[in-house]
Amino acid sequence: MDHTDQHTQHVTSRKMYFGVFAALLLLTLATVLVAEVDLGVMNDVVALGIAVTKAVLVLLFFMHVRYSTRLTALTAVGGFLWLAILIGITLADYLSRGATMPVPGK
Amino acid sequence: MASTTIDTHGHHPRLQHQFDSLEQQKESSTLGMWMFLVTEIMFFGGLFTAYVVYRTKYPHVFSAASHHLDVTLGGLNTAVLIGSSLTMALAIWAAQVNKRKLIVVFLIATMALGLVFLGVKAKEYSDKFEHHLVPGAHFAPEDPHLQGPAQEQAQIFFSLYFMMTGLHALHMIIGLGVLAALIRPSWKGRFDAAYHTPLECTGLYWHFVDIVWIFLFPLLYLLGAHAH
Repeated sequence: MDHTDQHTQHVTSRKMYFGVFAALLLLTLATVLVAEVDLGVMNDVVALGIAVTKAVLVLLFFMHVRYSTRLTALTAVGGFLWLAILIGITLADYLSRGATMPVPGK
Repeated sequence: MASTTIDTHGHHPRLQHQFDSLEQQKESSTLGMWMFLVTEIMFFGGLFTAYVVYRTKYPHVFSAASHHLDVTLGGLNTAVLIGSSLTMALAIWAAQVNKRKLIVVFLIATMALGLVFLGVKAKEYSDKFEHHLVPGAHFAPEDPHLQGPAQEQAQIFFSLYFMMTGLHALHMIIGLGVLAALIRPSWKGRFDAAYHTPLECTGLYWHFVDIVWIFLFPLLYLLGAHAH
């Protein structure tokens, strides 16, 4: 019993933290540079893709989700899933309004 | 009472009697913190949803209005916040390797970077006031792209900008308060490799606030970077 705490605890190395930090800075630079170029719709896709990548890096390594229990990981994923439902269903409403009936005065 | 007998059995003084082990205690705290963060995701989520709806409705005005935000200052703040996440993570590492003084050093570094972020934010806000870009009676952008109906729509963009970055800044200020409260117990050696749950949970909160900014930066600042 006495040593169970020591066995299961994960110590993330400093090297890993600095690596993630460098990756986050590079991705920030990348997103700023890409935004200067007009890519049409792809600007949003690239910007959000980079933002999601950065968020996942922070979640997995800084927030230790990679080393946490499945229940904690599931809670984290569940939070973002519900956010996707909120935005997804709201957009399904707004984007389809004109398609179902003519909008008066438009 | 049972608590006195538990202490004499050589358990860690921070282990509460309702838990079997420090590991179980830490997992409960982490899960509880994550449940709170899920409510935070939905809290900010409402504003993000409002942004998506209005952005879809007025894409060109949002792009033109976004052009008035300072990408350099926003980018600098992104780097500062990522740096503060690094020092926060290192504060927990310091606890895990039992380096008491380093915990304090990294907590203070995290607070310093947080204050730099808020300072830059204050500069940006004051610039918006100077250029009449604050929604309300005195909203009067000089930009020819933001006149007539576009002026009203641009106010929606700047309302969202101030609400989202304001709520984010409020979270930073609360985070700074929590970090400040952790310095004394850290200095007194309350946290070590076996027990540092308050540092861990504060870290989760701080990194979450970082993630919110990771999305705010491209959505608000970079939207109009290639416009005009």
